[in-house]
Amino acid sequence: MSEANILLHNPEQAVATREQDLIARVQRGQNELFYELVRPYERRVYAAALAILRNETDAEDAAQEAMLKAFVNIRQFRAEARFSTWLIQITINEALMRRRRERTVVMEAIDDRRDEESDYAPRDFADWREVPSESLERKEVRQKLADALATLDRKYREVFVLRDMEQLNIQETAEALGISVASVKTRLLRARLMLRDLLAAGWEQGWFSRLPFEKGNKPW
Amino acid sequence: MVNSEGLNCERVCQEISNYLEGEVDPALRAAMDQHFPTCKRCSSVLEGMRNVIRLYSDERMMEVPAGFGRRLEKRLAESVRVRGSRWSTWSAWLVPVAALALFAGGLRLANSMTVAPPLKSEHAQPGEGIPPDMLVVVTSGAKVFHVAGCDFIHNKQTKRILTAKEAMREGYVPCLRCMREYLHTAVAGHLALEVEAAAETDADDMEVGGQ
Repeated sequence: MSEANILLHNPEQAVATREQDLIARVQRGQNELFYELVRPYERRVYAAALAILRNETDAEDAAQEAMLKAFVNIRQFRAEARFSTWLIQITINEALMRRRRERTVVMEAIDDRRDEESDYAPRDFADWREVPSESLERKEVRQKLADALATLDRKYREVFVLRDMEQLNIQETAEALGISVASVKTRLLRARLMLRDLLAAGWEQGWFSRLPFEKGNKPW
Repeated sequence: MVNSEGLNCERVCQEISNYLEGEVDPALRAAMDQHFPTCKRCSSVLEGMRNVIRLYSDERMMEVPAGFGRRLEKRLAESVRVRGSRWSTWSAWLVPVAALALFAGGLRLANSMTVAPPLKSEHAQPGEGIPPDMLVVVTSGAKVFHVAGCDFIHNKQTKRILTAKEAMREGYVPCLRCMREYLHTAVAGHLALEVEAAAETDADDMEVGGQ
């Protein structure tokens, strides 16, 4: 199969190839292409910064700063790494550095010293059904989900955002946050269980009430 | 060895996240696979968790504030302009010319400048035109900050990135070469004096870098 055919039949590969090409060109000095390179990741970069800083203005500033640092360091990027992961890790470093500098999270820091026993018992919601992704078209649903996430303690929220929203793997999440793989797994379990319970409770409060479920069925 | 009889709901819930990650050993996985169809509670946790992961991993959950992309593009453009491509071609020929000029009598050239403040006072001009948020590079052992990619960064393996404002606060002074367009010194803007200016800058950088 020719290269053109491979690109035609494998759009993901085509995107990756285009990205590699953009990286190489920026590394050679075509600076004006940098925004094009990072634009597909701007949501993820912002979400990572927001998960750590919890303030929209700070998160935006940290996201911009992280992008600039990525730009300045672009020649240090090695092709064997995933560009998105590299970018997210720079963002997390930037956000963590700011948080340490501002020391605004004394209470949460105390919370982090609590032991990580995962003795959380999920609530009993016996019936379940898949919530269709179309529900995310509605802003109020997205807002409810975001609010539920925001109620999680920092250590659970950060791991959940990096693994399940940013799609870093367990190892990358551990490295990005400077914690052990075992801690990532424990926190991830807890975060997922708590969110499952929050969303199940939300179901009972009618968050998804306009969704086309048959009467009597619950999505849990 | 795990069998489905020895597996209680508590254990299943402890492992449910690892199960979704594919991080449980085959025996435990098999036992859990047997358990779920027989236990409404555990299967509701499993499916609820799948809902959570699927919904939150959707790109629509990552919204950016209005105007985010435009502001980001603007800020990047400001930085990119500073590190404009002009430098890559400029530096290519300037380095040997500058070195030659330096060896041919840099001191005489420097002394012949129409406006020739002593090096220290030149350094003392922090370059008011430098955007405070601009990212610059400093290295240990040197007193000068640079635009990334400047050919006169010494000791590159120790480099650190910070904003121009932070660098100045830490006592670093702008590199006369790569920060040239921001400096209100005799060096700036006089194309005719480019070679002399470069020679002087190099001498200065070498002196500082050798500290």
